[in-house]
Amino acid sequence: MADEQVAGAQSDAPDILVRVKAVDKVFKRGSEEVHVLGGLDLEIPRGEFLALMGPSGSGKSTLLNLIGGLDRPTEGQVEVGGQRIDKLSNRKLASWRARHVGLVFQFYNLMPVLTAQKNVELPLLLTPLSRSERKTHAVNALDIVGLANRNKHYPRQLSGGEQQRVGIARAIATDPTLLLCDEPTGDLDRKAGDEILDLLQALNREQGKTIIMVTHDIHAAARATRTLYLNKGQLTSEPIE
Amino acid sequence: MLNWIAQIISVTRFNLLSLPQRLGSSTAAVFGIAGVVAVMVAVLSIAQGIMKTMDNSVDEDRVIVLRSGANTEMMSGLSGEDTDLVAEAPGLVRDEDGVLASPELFVVINLPMRGTGTDANVPMRGVQPQAFKIRDDFQIVQGRMFEPGLNEVIVGSGALREFEGLEVGSTIEVAREYWPVVGVFESGGSLAETEIWVDAAVLQQAYRRGNSFQAVYARLTSSDAFQQFKDALTADPRLNVKPMRESEYYSSQSSTVTGLINGLGTLIAVIMGLGAIFGALNTMYTAVASRSREIATLRALGFRSSPVVISVLAESLLLAFVGGAIGAGLAWLFFDGYRAATLNWESFSQIAFSFAVTPQLLMLGIFFAMFIGLLGGLLPAIRAARQPVATALREL
Repeated sequence: MADEQVAGAQSDAPDILVRVKAVDKVFKRGSEEVHVLGGLDLEIPRGEFLALMGPSGSGKSTLLNLIGGLDRPTEGQVEVGGQRIDKLSNRKLASWRARHVGLVFQFYNLMPVLTAQKNVELPLLLTPLSRSERKTHAVNALDIVGLANRNKHYPRQLSGGEQQRVGIARAIATDPTLLLCDEPTGDLDRKAGDEILDLLQALNREQGKTIIMVTHDIHAAARATRTLYLNKGQLTSEPIE
Repeated sequence: MLNWIAQIISVTRFNLLSLPQRLGSSTAAVFGIAGVVAVMVAVLSIAQGIMKTMDNSVDEDRVIVLRSGANTEMMSGLSGEDTDLVAEAPGLVRDEDGVLASPELFVVINLPMRGTGTDANVPMRGVQPQAFKIRDDFQIVQGRMFEPGLNEVIVGSGALREFEGLEVGSTIEVAREYWPVVGVFESGGSLAETEIWVDAAVLQQAYRRGNSFQAVYARLTSSDAFQQFKDALTADPRLNVKPMRESEYYSSQSSTVTGLINGLGTLIAVIMGLGAIFGALNTMYTAVASRSREIATLRALGFRSSPVVISVLAESLLLAFVGGAIGAGLAWLFFDGYRAATLNWESFSQIAFSFAVTPQLLMLGIFFAMFIGLLGGLLPAIRAARQPVATALREL
């Protein structure tokens, strides 16, 4: 059993993309303070496909949110691509997310009133791209996930697997530094889940995308290049009994 | 900046596109606001109608002279000699029959109102032939003019509409006598149309007024001649009178009743508006709650808080605008031109008028609706924008 410090010690190479140092996150439940991540350290090399596993409430999603700039640590530092994101203002953090992070959600989180293509174009609205450039990027992203022919369909006209593909297309449309996937197969059957995992694997292997995936599914985690287990604020490379 | 505007447009577009998903609560808010605006505009249109009637009564070339200290004709009293001196003042029009100055009496009689049957104070005016020359928009529209010296009356079209027993051929009780109605007149929609007119000498005799009057109406050679006319009267030691332009007089006449109605209308609007604000709040909280996944997702993708706030407010304002437009439209459809009468607190007599839903009132109604929408949308918008992204995503 190796703890997180061991995992971090092995990653002292200059191509470290994510560096989490002594991070803690405190949530308040009434008058009680709950420490979810007790001074956690983590380093993720560029181009890694990392699976984060652990029981419910272990802090997997919290860690993912901290790395993705969706939340701030109570203590410690979060550095992505050499930038301290925990120090950024809300406004700068939003801009940073738009530029550097692609998010894939368990329940896809597509806009029901927009077509697949328009959903993919959403994060591109935050870039200086022209309308035609946005369209080109969106069509390319849909092509990568194999849905170029369904670009005019609304989410309700797509299967769960197809919706998640649109979600992935939206996440990669801006060519982000990091792809953060929170239970991307959690709402899908095995076949559709496998297709999504194939896609994520291809994005990691062929396009060199750095992917952090939170999952409960051991089969999904097996597709990653590294799996870490989180329990009671401790990261290990072996599952805790 | 362009990027920020693009964000606002996009997020607002999603909001509006998803409106059909919240049709029930949105419709309830729209009609709640419509009701408030309809009532507010309808009530305020009463005051507008009264003011319009007063405005119709005004001619900048006409003046009224009352006894000094009197604010209304009811409170005034002038002797025949006083009225002769007034007619001799400079600045008045003269024609072949003499000076256009009309000494007049003003009394009130009781007549039942149409519809309710309750007694109302109806103004009755004793006039001389010059009165018709001074009011150049006067015309008999039914029947004929009264014969000077006879107990005959003519009635204004507004009085005929609002009070019972004023049809041509009927009789009314005046000073324990029954006088026939021989004609109906109009006077450009002015206050005079609420009155009953009779020969001044007949009215003086019936009310034992001797040779006294209450006011002198007169026509100036021009509006600019007023100061000369006024100076001459106030400088004359034999007179103790107060000359006024008609606009000044009618403005003072309508101030109490229009102030009361405007105050009442505003109070009603504020009370109902509070209810509508809570309705709008509820609607927008529901809208924000039902879109919490979308809002959280947008913010997670990198959309800033301000476009979210503005988009929620835009939806709220749009609903309020639609509600305001419907309410104002309903008020205009059902109340504009609606005829009624009310008590003029200055003269203690009735004024017949038509509700006037003016363009200004319509705009006011829509602005008030949007104010409700703004307040109703603000808190939910701020809540949507302030909630931490991670927390919002967890709550999905």
